Amino acid sequence: MQNILLLGDEAIAQGAIDAGLSAVYAYPGTPSTEITEYIQKSKEAQSGEIVAQWTANEKTAVEAALGASYAGKRSMACMKHVGLNVAADAFMNSSITGVNGGIVVVVADDPSMHSSQNEQDSRFYGKFAQVPILEPVNQQQAYDMMHYAFDYSERLNVPILMRITTRMAHSRAGVKVKMQKTSQNIFHLPKVANQFVLLPALARVNYKKLLQNIPLMEKESSTSGFNKFIDGEDKSMGIIASGIAYNYLRENYENGKVPFPVLSISQYPEPIEMIRKLYSETEKIMVLEEGYPIIEEQLKGILNLGKPVHGRLDGTLPRDGELNPNIIGKVLNFDIIVSYENSASVMSRPPALCQGCPHTDSYSALNSALESVGKGHVLSDIGCYTLAALKPLEAINSCVDMGASITMAKGAADAGLHPSVAVIGDSTFTHSGMTGLLDAVICNTPITVIILDNGTTGMTGGQRSEATGKIEDICKGLGVSQEHIHVLNPINKYHEENVATIKKELDYKGVSVIIPRRECIVTLNARLKAIKSMKELQQN
Amino acid sequence: MKINIILGGVGGQGILSIASIIGKAALSQGLYLKQSEVHGMSQRGGDVMSNLRLSSDEIFSDLIPEGQADIIIGVEPMEALRHLKFLKPDGWLVTNSRPFLNIENYTDRELIYSEINKIKHHVLIDADKIASEIGNSKVSNVVMLGAATPFLKIDENIIIDAINSIFSNKGKNLVDINIKGLKAGILEAQKMMVD
Ligand SMILES: Cc1ncc(C[n+]2csc(CCOP(=O)(O)OP(=O)(O)O)c2C)c(N)n1
Ligand code: SF4
Repeated sequence: MQNILLLGDEAIAQGAIDAGLSAVYAYPGTPSTEITEYIQKSKEAQSGEIVAQWTANEKTAVEAALGASYAGKRSMACMKHVGLNVAADAFMNSSITGVNGGIVVVVADDPSMHSSQNEQDSRFYGKFAQVPILEPVNQQQAYDMMHYAFDYSERLNVPILMRITTRMAHSRAGVKVKMQKTSQNIFHLPKVANQFVLLPALARVNYKKLLQNIPLMEKESSTSGFNKFIDGEDKSMGIIASGIAYNYLRENYENGKVPFPVLSISQYPEPIEMIRKLYSETEKIMVLEEGYPIIEEQLKGILNLGKPVHGRLDGTLPRDGELNPNIIGKVLNFDIIVSYENSASVMSRPPALCQGCPHTDSYSALNSALESVGKGHVLSDIGCYTLAALKPLEAINSCVDMGASITMAKGAADAGLHPSVAVIGDSTFTHSGMTGLLDAVICNTPITVIILDNGTTGMTGGQRSEATGKIEDICKGLGVSQEHIHVLNPINKYHEENVATIKKELDYKGVSVIIPRRECIVTLNARLKAIKSMKELQQN
Repeated sequence: MKINIILGGVGGQGILSIASIIGKAALSQGLYLKQSEVHGMSQRGGDVMSNLRLSSDEIFSDLIPEGQADIIIGVEPMEALRHLKFLKPDGWLVTNSRPFLNIENYTDRELIYSEINKIKHHVLIDADKIASEIGNSKVSNVVMLGAATPFLKIDENIIIDAINSIFSNKGKNLVDINIKGLKAGILEAQKMMVD
């Protein structure tokens, strides 16, 4: 045993490595990115024992993981919560194919939307697909769960969903790691040759098997040891706490000793017998969930005829946002003693594009080109460049889901918006912009697509962008005509020239693509720094 | 032993390195540790904070409850004030006086300083100036760590060891300048405490 300091994300990564992982596929997304980055830096990945790759998007990641499973290997796909929307088709159907090598799909939710468009709760997807869900209480459990998760996946022939939230993902703690690693599975094809063929007749058979397994999953939730019933003297209330909510609960009591009986839930389907016991022994139930009121809703049912059940649904806890020790303390009637009120001199400090960011110059040119037509013409997307919605640029009118810029611009153009401009980042373009561009080409829709090529996936910290070096060819291949594809250099010196090119294409009654290309300042500086220290090393 | 620290700054100012130095030092003392960080969107010039909790007993929450912070370390004065409601009545607010001006409506700095001066226990120093004087403006974050060191309940030498082990693979020069920064910060805080 060795005690090392790990982020929750890193504990999952190390747990997977030690549990015999062969491949991880992922598309970056806060707060999940560090899982894959950690594995990529590991000696196992560096030596080629483990495949650790970024993929075009989350759907391709889950499918690649499923392929590795087909070949008998343990695999993982990682993403942020909204990534599971993109991967949902693959994920839902993987519960019907089942697995050959174990699969763990790790999804990081972002309650309070620190870096996201919404705060959807991935446990819904787990229930939807009817697969077991794991939700670790702390970094140590996150590590320990990975071994169990892969074993369980193979034993029950289902993929496992591991759900974490921002605070778990991005908080460090000492984690005791095993010195003994599980070795990787040897390559082997599925025993039943057509296991992965979801033709209706075969899918029906597989689906019945999945349904038959549900009682086993329920039993497993009571026996695996991850769900814990901690008895308490005071039976006036029973508390159910999911995932990290249990820590916030304990924080309110001396030495973490809660006087009420508590059920700490880290594994789903919910442990029915344990819940029954809590319900029968206490006068009312309080449900503390980091996310949507999923357990609470199930306890209440539609008729809500039993003992009182309190939680987010009845307003005892806030309906949205992440939990913290104070929110839970308030519910338990603890006084919060605050000696200093927050100061009125503190102004909000929103994030902004870096000094010297290429996007700033691209948007300046676009704003100038659109000056005569006015506001409201720019459908945009998700990335650093979304920050142009704020002052001073105020250049874009939408940011919905990855890829939506091009398709929304198409729809808006169909509905009469002229000019209709889409602004999308290079990585977002290959994530899910290409298919929309094909739609527009097929219909010759008059849109101007601006693909901001900074050579990286900037927002999430500069991961490789699959678009690098390929954008013109992709656009040409999809049928955009060569004379309406332009590459610009987004620097102030070329401002007038760039404005003229954009203006010309705004007038064109078909699909045009403009590619402002200049490297992200952050990756550029990191690269220069690395070169400099290389040189210094060589000199010494 | 139990100590709760809040670190406040602007994305890119290096609060995560302060956190990792304290973290390393704590772990070498066999303490429990929880360190919650901000990654993602706010790192692009937005306000960022980190919660750091050290204890000889098990720690439950990753987040520090309101009114429970023993120290707030600000790498920037307005960012130090942002988290004031977390400070204990007898807690220390230790902050850099140098504003990071990337918003239009930054409050008059005299007003900010007067709010800081109202806090019972505080240390207000120009860490950027001190860092430049010792030869590297980039170590102002470590100067701030130094200024907070007298209140950390961890020996100065253990923090120096942590700096050594974190920066050793980046060359001796970087180790030395960071240790110099730390010591300059400690000295400055001691001066303020006597006053
Ligand atoms: C489905 C989905 N996956 C991942 C993310 C997280 N995410 C937001 S922006 C972004 C990267 C954008 O990169 P790029 O398009 O190259 O723009 P840049 O940030 O470099 O300007 C990622 C990974 C998301 N919001 N939605
Ligand atoms: S990280 Fe790169 S792309 Fe993002 S704002 Fe900074 S310079 Fe621009």
